[in-house]
Amino acid sequence: MPELLLVKNLRKYFPRGRKLLRAVDNVSFSIDPGETLGLVGESGSGKSTLGRTVLRLLEPNDGEIIFDGIDIRRLKGDDLRQIRMFMQIIFQDPLASLNPHMTIGQAIEDPLIIHNIGTKEQRRRAVMELLDIVGIGREFIDSFPHEFSGGQQQRVGIARALALNPKFIVCDEPVSSLDVSIGAQIVSLLYELKRQFKLSYLFISHDLAVVKYLSDKVAVMYLGTFVELAPKEELYGNPLHPYTRALLASVPKMPKNGGRQRKFPALKGEIPSSVDLPSGCRFQSRCEYVMDICRREEPIFREVSPGHFVSCHLV
Amino acid sequence: MAELLKVNNLRTYFYRNEGVVKAVDGISYKLDYGETLGIVGESGSGKTVSVLSLLGLIRRNGRVEGGEAIFDGKDLLKLSKEELREIRGKDISIIFQDPMTSLNPIMRIGIQIMEPLIWHRLLSDKDARDRAIELLRVVGIPEYKTRFLDYPFQFSGGMRQRVMIAMALACNPKLVIADEPTTALDVTIRAQILNLMHEMKEKLNMSIIFITHDITLAMNFCDTIIVMYAGKIVEYSSIEKFIKNPLHPYSQGLLNSTLDIEKKEGSLRPIPGNPPNLINPPEGCRFHPRCSYVQEICKEKEPELREIEEKHKVACHLVKGGNLNA
Repeated sequence: MPELLLVKNLRKYFPRGRKLLRAVDNVSFSIDPGETLGLVGESGSGKSTLGRTVLRLLEPNDGEIIFDGIDIRRLKGDDLRQIRMFMQIIFQDPLASLNPHMTIGQAIEDPLIIHNIGTKEQRRRAVMELLDIVGIGREFIDSFPHEFSGGQQQRVGIARALALNPKFIVCDEPVSSLDVSIGAQIVSLLYELKRQFKLSYLFISHDLAVVKYLSDKVAVMYLGTFVELAPKEELYGNPLHPYTRALLASVPKMPKNGGRQRKFPALKGEIPSSVDLPSGCRFQSRCEYVMDICRREEPIFREVSPGHFVSCHLV
Repeated sequence: MAELLKVNNLRTYFYRNEGVVKAVDGISYKLDYGETLGIVGESGSGKTVSVLSLLGLIRRNGRVEGGEAIFDGKDLLKLSKEELREIRGKDISIIFQDPMTSLNPIMRIGIQIMEPLIWHRLLSDKDARDRAIELLRVVGIPEYKTRFLDYPFQFSGGMRQRVMIAMALACNPKLVIADEPTTALDVTIRAQILNLMHEMKEKLNMSIIFITHDITLAMNFCDTIIVMYAGKIVEYSSIEKFIKNPLHPYSQGLLNSTLDIEKKEGSLRPIPGNPPNLINPPEGCRFHPRCSYVQEICKEKEPELREIEEKHKVACHLVKGGNLNA
């Protein structure tokens, strides 16, 4: 099966005075139709910038983005708008991404109007169906976003993203600002939608458990690059990069009979600045296994077993 | 173990144009010396209000309506503003979720740590300065002697939270209230802060009230757990009993809503619906509109928090003989 999305050597830099902030620095990956790639990493690792650059909401500095066989970096104007029908995004803060002056119905209808789809009557019917799909009562069609709870607002954000029948959705921390029971409802909904509509997600989250639930394969990002990428079971069952291992170890596990955890294995230090990157391997300043070569040479991101990529001198 | 704090039937309401919000509606618990109590619940469950009430930190439109909170022999709810001020920061200190909004942005970090020591007349200026530098070292600030003179904006989120912990520990409090202290932090930094708090607790033998929405975290970190829903305690248990046998349908619902990276295939069973409006909470059990086991009695009669076994209380009509009979 040809991939739905192919990203090659993508770079996105921001000027910071005379220097460059390397938010996304030479990242390559692919996503098949119906497949979900989970993307984990700490704040400042470049996850959100990557998600936005893939959609060309931010212009990349270099690299290729092939969506459905089309090099979208070459597209302009109407052509770009056309392809965006198939590529959507769901944001972390649903209230900030909805226009406060538009009703829920108008917000969901808006993408259909922009793309000139259907008559007024047909669009209204489509909005009703979308409300059903995301689990909002049809009677709320004329409500305003501020009248809704966070979970319902996120459902509106999802309905809007679904309106144009996309193939691919970037989900940027869609449950991070929600309460536990509400976040679980949204995760379940995203899971159902993915199966029902054969959607592909780029699912961005700092929550390793949520990423595991929704993803088929998972990439771990650190300071603008991927340090590891593997099928889900492989990444969680056989993590190879010291950073991936540290991330997994620092998550509290559900205690079983008496087996409580009072101390958590913690990575030392904090994520360095993307402006002044460490020499050699970007993780060397926090790595407990660091060797001389790690300080000198940047490791290559290479395939160590089918589908399992890692960049570490020690693997 | 001796009792440090005993809260009886605490009620705190907020007066709004739309009506009276019963944010905390009759909760009782106790805390021993050296004990870590976790209060778990979602936004609006009353977990933060329940502790702010003890310290006289309720906003103007709110009021503590009744109850008592005996701390070290004194009823906190009956103390004057001045008397409470003597206790806050000295015997009881608090760590908030967002260190940036709780630190003074235009005051040097070191001076802020010295402040409670000087305010409470515990140390001279010079000794307070030495103590503040020592505290920065203890909480793991690198180059603590020079960072003493930095401002909050020069610190990262994790480092700011370390400063908050240093401030909270400055006067050797008997009780530290930590309100979502790690929620705003990245996972690796969260682990560092939890380890620091645990280490401090062991060293200083203080009691902690740990407020969190993360039930997994509370089950690992605490000795006792309170699960709150809509202003009420629905389950109150030692952690051992709770791990073995969580009984309230809401507690079970929270656990089923929580994903765990160790589970082979995730079995996510979210609780349907939304938490209720606390101006007109549901009749009977407040959880009944979302409860999958609901029966007639649940809609009519409010369940009491009953002891099911030693150190395990549940407020549910359907719990009988240590089981949820549904």
